[in-house]
Amino acid sequence: MHWNSMSEFLAMGGYGFYVWGSFGITFLVMAIELWLLNKRRQSVSQAVKQEAI
Amino acid sequence: METKKDFNWFKYASPKTFYPLAGKLIPWCAISAAVLIIYGLYIGLFVAPTDFQQGEGYRIIFVHVPAAWFSMFLYLLMAMYAGMGLIFNSKLSYMMATAIAPTGAMFTFLALVTGSLWGKPMWGAWWVWDARLTSELILLFLYIGYFSLQAAIDDKTRADKASAVLALVGAINVPIIYFSVKWWNTLHQGSSISLTKAPAMAAIMLQGMLIMAIGFWLYSIAVILMRVRCEILERDSKTSMLRQD
Repeated sequence: MHWNSMSEFLAMGGYGFYVWGSFGITFLVMAIELWLLNKRRQSVSQAVKQEAI
Repeated sequence: METKKDFNWFKYASPKTFYPLAGKLIPWCAISAAVLIIYGLYIGLFVAPTDFQQGEGYRIIFVHVPAAWFSMFLYLLMAMYAGMGLIFNSKLSYMMATAIAPTGAMFTFLALVTGSLWGKPMWGAWWVWDARLTSELILLFLYIGYFSLQAAIDDKTRADKASAVLALVGAINVPIIYFSVKWWNTLHQGSSISLTKAPAMAAIMLQGMLIMAIGFWLYSIAVILMRVRCEILERDSKTSMLRQD
């Protein structure tokens, strides 16, 4: 383990904002992509089911 | 006696056979992506040591470099499918190109934003008009141009062909991005694999970065297959392929 305390881990040697900002935006955008895709998938499969009836 | 049937190389080129195959691949790619990304984050945030020059700020590379790689790689993949669409006139190739574009654009955006978050503390500027950064920004515009062109043309077949030509012409930008750090005197540092000091240190950093990159690759495959399945259903929703699933 590289860190001695939680606050040291969060501070990232003074680069906290930049490091956490980078990781945060990356996973936020990926999560949004998955959420949007899931919404699209649901609406498409609903449309297909309705067409089949 | 009947002879054994020849293997049909184009079997999976048909949306109808590809749809259930893609459905089977998605969970495997998604699960391995999640495992590798978590492991990569563990290495990047807990195991990898401090960089002797950039302190803890260098840890941004664990997301920045894989995002930048896939922004370029996915563009080439999209251009390849677009080219295959033009050559073989295959619908599925066009659908694949269309499905790749949003994820490629997303990684381009992330490469630019995380790069900016790196540039501010390291160079003192959020943005500079350096060859690497400018060509990466042009890549984002190419992706946006690709979507816009598809959205602007009502006839799907024509939209596919026109956007495929744009994707192919734009592919020239990818080697420009890649070699920009060699060809011009850029502020952006050279290839990160040469970000070396003591070999043991570089090895664990490189390992973390590669694990993250493989994770991002599997994530991309899962997302692209999910999107191409939506695309298949939307374009050809009269044949109810959902039942084969």
